[in-house]
Amino acid sequence: MGMLVKPVIEVRNLDLSYDDYIVMRNLNFTVNKGETFIIMGGSGSGKSTLLKVLIGLKEPAKGQVLYGGEDFWAADYARQQEMMRGFGVLYQSGALWSSLTVGENVALPLQLYSNLSASQIRDIVELKLTLVGLGGYADFYPAELSGGMRKHAGLARAIALDPEIIFFDEPSAGLDPISARMLDDFIIQLREDLGATIVVVTHELASIFAVGSNAIFLDDQSKTIIASGNPKDLLADSKDPKVIQFLTRGRI
Amino acid sequence: MPSEKVSFDYSSTDNTLSIKFNGDWRISTKIPQLSEATSQFLAHPDIKNVSFDTTGLSSWDSSLIAFLYKLIKECRNRSIAVQHNSLPEGIKKITTLALKTNNKEVPLKAATGAFLDRVGEGFISIKESVFIFLDFLGDIVHAFGRLIMGKAYFRKDEFMLLLQRCGANALGLVSLISLLVGVILAFVGAMQLKLFGAQIYIADIVGIAMVRVMGAVMTGILMSGRTGASFAAELGIMQTNEEIDAFKTLGINPVEFLVIPRILALVIMMPLLTLYADLMGIFGGFIISVSMLNLNPVEYFNHTQVAIKMNNLWVGLTHSIVFGVIIAISGCLRGIKCERSASGVGEATTSAVVTSITAIVIATAVITFICQVLGV
Repeated sequence: MGMLVKPVIEVRNLDLSYDDYIVMRNLNFTVNKGETFIIMGGSGSGKSTLLKVLIGLKEPAKGQVLYGGEDFWAADYARQQEMMRGFGVLYQSGALWSSLTVGENVALPLQLYSNLSASQIRDIVELKLTLVGLGGYADFYPAELSGGMRKHAGLARAIALDPEIIFFDEPSAGLDPISARMLDDFIIQLREDLGATIVVVTHELASIFAVGSNAIFLDDQSKTIIASGNPKDLLADSKDPKVIQFLTRGRI
Repeated sequence: MPSEKVSFDYSSTDNTLSIKFNGDWRISTKIPQLSEATSQFLAHPDIKNVSFDTTGLSSWDSSLIAFLYKLIKECRNRSIAVQHNSLPEGIKKITTLALKTNNKEVPLKAATGAFLDRVGEGFISIKESVFIFLDFLGDIVHAFGRLIMGKAYFRKDEFMLLLQRCGANALGLVSLISLLVGVILAFVGAMQLKLFGAQIYIADIVGIAMVRVMGAVMTGILMSGRTGASFAAELGIMQTNEEIDAFKTLGINPVEFLVIPRILALVIMMPLLTLYADLMGIFGGFIISVSMLNLNPVEYFNHTQVAIKMNNLWVGLTHSIVFGVIIAISGCLRGIKCERSASGVGEATTSAVVTSITAIVIATAVITFICQVLGV
């Protein structure tokens, strides 16, 4: 162990497109174990499309996404399903299943993919909900919760199976500054305590600097990555006016 | 039954229970029940301390954390001291985090009451839904008033699109179903009329049945499944996405903008579709009579012409207009009053179809009765 850095996700020569329309081309980057990796860029730069390809919802036009060295999009359906079980995804607005209670939302992945008894699943659900600050809310329906609470409940579901990689789509969208900060702290905690690898898609500067240990910057004009590295270093060292402008909220 | 993943060692000299964890504690494997540990508390009521030994643990995840979390809580309830310093750093951190997390105060959920309470609530909710319906009806009448005075606002383009959705796009389905209804009527009629050698009266049966009631009823049922459901789902999603609120805050009355054009479109299109369905039904009867019952085509045509009186047609068209109003109102009402969730939209759609079909059948009975009394 020690200094050995293990790549968890490797993206090679990836092209993203909607039919004939190319969104991003020639993407290359590596996410290492235990990193908090930020995918940033302006609105419409293809961040969310890239996320969809990474979590297995959209096939890329070209290129490879390797998880632990294994090509996801070359694998057969059953293997893909298995690999996807190692991901947790927090969707932008939580994406809780509205016909299930919060507890049932978190319990469903456990019921499908674990060998635990009903009471043990209940205990884990209680633990996960407690960790995200929603202990006692297991019997509430998503419609009975506020937007921020739904997001936290979505996070509890995302970490239900102790995934190795957790993806966050715009974690601070729709949250007040304090809740957003709490979520950022929680992201850091997940990485430190659970040893999870975190991939965050965001354009929220506060989050980028608070949690990011590595980042890529997508540019919609050149349709590729124009900068990568630790966000703080990018701010200090980057010469690219687009990157500087983005990281300083428009200062030129 | 003791499992090999957890073992207990009680020392009565210092009243300490030592819990040793072994092997893999993973969600995907079988792990011991918490009761194995809590039964130790019952077996040794004088326990003062609990300590942990994780030297035999090869891997762990949330399953172990959940176990420890519940166990430590149980210890606290029994005032047993827990020494978790021997736990590995990662386990200690998350367990401590879970134990110290201040959860928000959970509001009380309304408990489901006793039988009589629920009966009462059910009755009150019926009363409420009647009021909601009357309220909505009032809004519609008011909006129609404004429409007549030329004050109501909705987009003409969208109205045209609605006309197409409620009319032209339904032609295929209406053709198929009414043609088959005509065929069925002809077959059923033929079986009886053959006994008297009066097959030619099939033309009368098919013609009158289709024009007076069947055409309108079949079209009504088809349209409630097709268009009524789509109105409810569409407006339901709009309600869920706060699009309807956006209309209100812009000063646009959603009933004027969304409901009135839908009612108008259906009320215009239902009679036309019904006429078309009548024709297709008669054509279905004609095909069977000519091809299988060997009736003379010209004779069939003449018989149909003589049998169908104009008042049959008026009765049929009255049905269709009433059905148009029923379908549009129940679809829009359920959509606009939809609960803001995926299952809410589902319920709204179901309830729109059920309401309109039930209302169509009731309306048919009422209209038939009135025609009987009036002698039409």
